[in-house]
Amino acid sequence: MSAANPSATTRRLAAHLNRRARWRWPEILFWLAILAVIFAAPSRAAIINEVLIAGLFALSLDLILGLAGIVSLGHAAFFGLGAYAAAILASKGIADPTLGLVLGAAVAAVAGLATAPLLLRGADLTRLMVTLGVSLMLGELANRNGWLTGGADGLNFSIAPVLGLFPIGFTGQRNAALYSFAVLFILFTIARRLAQSPFGLALAAIRENRLRAGALGIDTSRRIIAIYVVAAAYAGAAGALLAQTTQIVSLDLFDFHRSADVMLMLIIGGAGYLYGGLIGASAFIVLRDVISAATPEYWEFWIGLALVILVLAGRERIGEAPRRLIAFFAPRAARRGVA
Amino acid sequence: MLTILLDGVAYGMLLFVLASGLSVTLGLMNFINLAHGAFAMVGGYVTALLMNRAGAPFLLTLPAAFLIPAILGVALERTLYRRLYGASPLDQVLFTIGLVLMAMPIAAYLIGDEPQQVHLPAWLSGRIEVHGVGIGVYRLFIILVCGIIAAALQTFLVKTRFGAQLRAAVDDARVAQGLGINVDRIFAVAFAVGSGLAGLGGALAADVVGGIDPSFPVKFLVTFLIVVTVGGSNGIMGALFGSLLLGVLDVAGKYYVPSIGAFIIYAVMVVTLIVRPQGLFARGDGR
Repeated sequence: MSAANPSATTRRLAAHLNRRARWRWPEILFWLAILAVIFAAPSRAAIINEVLIAGLFALSLDLILGLAGIVSLGHAAFFGLGAYAAAILASKGIADPTLGLVLGAAVAAVAGLATAPLLLRGADLTRLMVTLGVSLMLGELANRNGWLTGGADGLNFSIAPVLGLFPIGFTGQRNAALYSFAVLFILFTIARRLAQSPFGLALAAIRENRLRAGALGIDTSRRIIAIYVVAAAYAGAAGALLAQTTQIVSLDLFDFHRSADVMLMLIIGGAGYLYGGLIGASAFIVLRDVISAATPEYWEFWIGLALVILVLAGRERIGEAPRRLIAFFAPRAARRGVA
Repeated sequence: MLTILLDGVAYGMLLFVLASGLSVTLGLMNFINLAHGAFAMVGGYVTALLMNRAGAPFLLTLPAAFLIPAILGVALERTLYRRLYGASPLDQVLFTIGLVLMAMPIAAYLIGDEPQQVHLPAWLSGRIEVHGVGIGVYRLFIILVCGIIAAALQTFLVKTRFGAQLRAAVDDARVAQGLGINVDRIFAVAFAVGSGLAGLGGALAADVVGGIDPSFPVKFLVTFLIVVTVGGSNGIMGALFGSLLLGVLDVAGKYYVPSIGAFIIYAVMVVTLIVRPQGLFARGDGR
């Protein structure tokens, strides 16, 4: 029936996409809860801010890993680039945070565009290696160009109030958290929209089977490049946020462990439905805080153990847990697919 | 000039022994084993501790540095790794990162954070002059030992029945199984040899890298991966040429243009992957 009448198909598709795009109450509750936590625990604002930024970073990885199925071990490259772009801008005396944020995202996006073609060739292993190599190269560049980046000493700088109104930094930790929250929310909304657009459906097709997606007439290369650039911009924005709210940048931003950590966060929370990164980031950072308070030197061991168990027990099954939780509270919403 | 070249070759040879085990697991068995460096660390610790605490001579500790990681490797392979042979690369990466994260605190807990030095015996330290070219004796020793290992490995894989069985098992495990090859056992042995070689490499490298410490698995992880990537993942010879190339380039680069430092080897890797995704020395088709 639908084949005979293409406009009916289009209409049904549009209705389907619209239905998926609607905000459901567990989601609204989720965001309100974060906001409530920021106001309820001002003494914890620093760690909340860290969680929000890590969540944005994990969200950006989710865009490529969860939506398009592209693995990356070097996502820290864009995080670091964004952070350094914002930091260098601020250290040159242009201290407006919004400007720095946009610049950080833009620089990372350009780098994403430049490196995206490398991802189109080879298998997963090649991608892991290329992304890792790029991030290490950038770290080495930052290390060797001390005149611009401060080298191993990093950069210290100060930041003007957000929009000229809200001072952030050590004296304004809550404002910093709110600033990160606002950026995260806006970017999340855009990502959510992207995931539910025809573009997002095309990415899902590429993730499931790139060859077949291509045979259906999807220009897979362009889609992959596009989402990679978007993800890079997101990671850059996260980096810029971190630089601005902590007012320091250092070389460890490009470290391998950053890329690994963000992947862990996403995997803990579950990839592919956008909330996974946020949930995983909060779980990871809270876990790290609790464990490192108990055994400061050996907290990595427990994270490692958790990972090994996670993989052996079946990552997919555990990744489903948050979704099942949502299904438990809101069966109707879950059946239609929350995101 | 010649000294630098020799240093580069020695470094490359060292890289080869460290990474050859990885080119067996990653290259032949298609398992992304990021925990490879942990086995190298174990080997390095075995040598360092045997020498420092038990007073064993350097040469005698080397077989132990091979055997202990090999046994450990088999134990882990039988219990954990084998469950993930068919898993997605992402799962393998996560699993082995988890192992690395566990290995480092264990080492720090048992042995301590400070680097464990390997003190070379007198006959291995110092330099000799050949036609006015200064050569470190230990460098020569490394080239010799690693050369022997490379030759032995190549013969092992190409000439022996076991090598043929391994290649068959890798190409198509099901058919190999059907032909009566005990694939499980083959993989276990291959994994053991790979881990043992990593341990041996760690023991030999301990002096060059300034002692073994708990961060060793991560510090050199990237280097191993680069060697395997550049060398191509299909066999020992690719890994050998890849490591030699990287060793010479790295040493020469750090000597002549110190301002760019480690940049060179990363750049070599990325360029390699762009030009030849299967590695510089891979078989034409790759896999």
